[in-house]
Amino acid sequence: MNGVTSTSLLLAAAGGGLLGLASAGYLLFEGRIAGVSGVFGRAFEARGEELRVRLGFLAGLAAGGALLRIFAPAAFGAPVATLPILALGGFLVGYGTQLGNGCTSGHGVCGLGRRSPRSLVAVLTFMAVAFATVFVTRHLLGGPSVFGGAS
Amino acid sequence: MRAVAAFVSGLAFALGLGLSGMTQPAKVLGFLDVAGRWDPSLALVMGGAVLVTLVAFALVLRRRAPLLAPSFELPTQTRIDRPLVVGAVVFGVGWGLSGVCPGPALVSLATLSPASLVFAGAMLVGTLAFRAPERILRRAPRPSSDVEASPAE
Repeated sequence: MNGVTSTSLLLAAAGGGLLGLASAGYLLFEGRIAGVSGVFGRAFEARGEELRVRLGFLAGLAAGGALLRIFAPAAFGAPVATLPILALGGFLVGYGTQLGNGCTSGHGVCGLGRRSPRSLVAVLTFMAVAFATVFVTRHLLGGPSVFGGAS
Repeated sequence: MRAVAAFVSGLAFALGLGLSGMTQPAKVLGFLDVAGRWDPSLALVMGGAVLVTLVAFALVLRRRAPLLAPSFELPTQTRIDRPLVVGAVVFGVGWGLSGVCPGPALVSLATLSPASLVFAGAMLVGTLAFRAPERILRRAPRPSSDVEASPAE
């Protein structure tokens, strides 16, 4: 599972390039940042055309998921945590990305792309904290025996 | 028309996530597990994406306006403040626990698996837990001009 092959490196780079293109397209056509947490969170307050744009992007994500499920089901991996841990993780991801104004896409792909110092700080922070969290759960606590899923 | 362009962007975004391995939580945790059998390949996802956006964003932002919207609406905040850092910390913990960030969470909903539903549901609750009190505190009946709202990242 953790095997690093030239194929996985190539796919990672190609997938990343596609993420960059998708974000650039969103900026070119809509004039906005394609940050998933931002598009998602603000959809609850948007009205009219802005709401339609946000829902369009979210529907595209869902449709892409459906295509992947049909044509490349191996793209989806098994969960790595028990349901309670996933629920906690999901809550923290939802709350944290709203408070911090962005996630891996908004601060990462887009924010770094427009050389935003705020985004650089956010990316370095959430990466460091995620590394530390995995270190604690896998190497200091019980790992899969506590958190479930594959190691 | 604008919704269609947004749809296509979202679709390409989802395929990029699936192609790159971001919808495989075990792979994400393998990347985040520097002290274990570290799988560095996902660094290329952010690397490849930022390489494209660095160039493409600069080109796009030379335009006076986007193709379909009247003007660019980019984040205006520049201060590195407490909410930014605390939010990133909270997000980092959640990402490290689950191996899932918001994009993959929404794309993985297509599997309808219990894990994907629980995660996305909890993410929705976390999102509203922040946004609902914010709205109530602001109290103002939605301003039509949206001036004080900082565009999303």
